[in-house]
Amino acid sequence: MEAIVAEDLSKSFNGLKAVDRVSFSVHEGEIFGFLGPNGAGKTTTVRILTGVIEPDSGKASVLGFDVVKEKLKAREKIGVVPEAANAYPDLSVWKNMMLTAALYGIERKKAEAKADELLRVFGISERKDSRVKTLSKGMKQRLMLSMALVSDPELLFLDEPTSGLDVASARIIREKIMELSREGRTIFLTSHNMEEVSMLCDRVGIINHGRIVAVERPGDLRDRIGGSLAVEVEFDRKVDLTGFPDVKARGNRYVLYTTDAHDTICSIVDFASRNGLRITGLNLHAPSLEDVFLKLTGGESDA
Amino acid sequence: MLRKIWAITKKNILMYYLKGPVLIFGVLFPLFLFLAFYIGRSLSAAFLIPGLLAMTLFFTSTSVSPVIMPWETQMKTLERLISCPITVRTMIFGDILASFIFGIIISIVPVVIGMVMGVGVKAPLTLGAAIIIGAFAFSSLGLLFSTIPTDLVSNVMMLSNLVKFPLIFISGIFIPISDLPDWGVAVASLSPLTYFTDIARFSIEGYAFYPLYLDFLLLIASAVLFLVLAVKLHERTLVRRF
Ligand SMILES: Nc1ncnc2c1ncn2[C@@H]1O[C@H](COP(=O)(O)OP(=O)(O)OP(=O)(O)O)[C@@H](O)[C@H]1O
Ligand SMILES: [Mg+2]
Repeated sequence: MEAIVAEDLSKSFNGLKAVDRVSFSVHEGEIFGFLGPNGAGKTTTVRILTGVIEPDSGKASVLGFDVVKEKLKAREKIGVVPEAANAYPDLSVWKNMMLTAALYGIERKKAEAKADELLRVFGISERKDSRVKTLSKGMKQRLMLSMALVSDPELLFLDEPTSGLDVASARIIREKIMELSREGRTIFLTSHNMEEVSMLCDRVGIINHGRIVAVERPGDLRDRIGGSLAVEVEFDRKVDLTGFPDVKARGNRYVLYTTDAHDTICSIVDFASRNGLRITGLNLHAPSLEDVFLKLTGGESDA
Repeated sequence: MLRKIWAITKKNILMYYLKGPVLIFGVLFPLFLFLAFYIGRSLSAAFLIPGLLAMTLFFTSTSVSPVIMPWETQMKTLERLISCPITVRTMIFGDILASFIFGIIISIVPVVIGMVMGVGVKAPLTLGAAIIIGAFAFSSLGLLFSTIPTDLVSNVMMLSNLVKFPLIFISGIFIPISDLPDWGVAVASLSPLTYFTDIARFSIEGYAFYPLYLDFLLLIASAVLFLVLAVKLHERTLVRRF
């Protein structure tokens, strides 16, 4: 059985298509990365899948339950860390854990044991009586993960779990995600960090302007333009390189995908001298996942 | 289901009700409004206390309940909350129950003030029943105010005050219904608070304008109406909060 099946999901806000006929499926036990620039529709998709909002059209199921009609049954088996969500700031870490456990219908004794364990694993045990508003951002995020795990869910939704965290906090969370996956849980993770996704995920779905552009393994994604090379060039001023095939702007720099580096570099030099440009930087490399991402999303990432 | 409702109630009590300002405001505000109206007039304590009680119960039961939803939308705790396996109904009941408990506890204050002033309660059971039903009805009304899917606490406050203040003046609190002209009685009959005040007058002063059964019937009917409306509307608007 697939853990998540989305079929033709669409959702508009005031005429803007936030999610546009999105279809994909997530296999049981995999870490599925949902990657896209700001405003691509990642959070909207997560909200539809967790039953927080309803799609305008299309349907989806989570662990075999319809996300609209069998919302509650699906929610019993999933854990969610919403983007930018908060625990109750005036309640202690412990009270927040107990509240979540009660809402999942977990018996008190079991809940206490589980909460103890989770807070220890996430290294926030010694803060369990502190009010949440006194925690650092990294600690809050670890608490959000602990809350999502209190019901021992089969499937986890993590909406940008590491965004805004420092390197150390982000690493703790990534390690934990891998461990959760080894325990056999399915994980749906959104991110706009290419490296994070390629490190963690079994498969990646790329979304841009509400549409799925590709769903592949990180390695296959790279292979998609794998035969080619990326030539990165920087000029002393902004130019129009639209005459070249397969080019993506990236701020002041341009990335040209090619199979023949020699020809491309010669034509760049030629272009520069014809237009009186100075080349201020030139790089040749195999395309990174980020290049793939930029190529697929049309180079509008601010990542 | 009951345990989940209680978990939400407990959360609300700890987050919103057990705060100094909320508690003090809950008691002082009706008292001040009341004194402002009565100062300089010679009215008996037996007439004052039922009105003070009605106003206290009404204001406390509708003080926090309307702002929980917009506040949690803005604070971004709501998405986490509804990602748990709970129904909208469970959440609404949890919000109403907290407000209900708060209303009942604070309503003891005017009753005690009355006793200190020598005004006893002639029909304590009737009054107790009215307080319970009234607290429930007004808490549900509070939840009805927050059905507009906004994250602005101020919008909901404005709406609720727009309804609450006029109700205070047409419910027989400051002027007995029996002193009102016919049109005044007609207007008063639209307010559920009228029926609570009437029962309170019966229990403390010993007489009521309407037959007691009618007061209870209409108070219960408004409680049910507010509850059903609040649940139905929240079920519809919750998904529009995100
Ligand atoms: N409640 C809403 N009302 C109006 N527009 C919305 C709403 N929610 C999302 N949008 C719009 O839908 C689009 C997709 O938003 P979404 O939050 O899903 O993007 P995202 O991929 O999660 O972005 P980010 O990386 O910034 O979190 C955006 O243009 C956003 O402005
Ligand atoms: Mg997002």
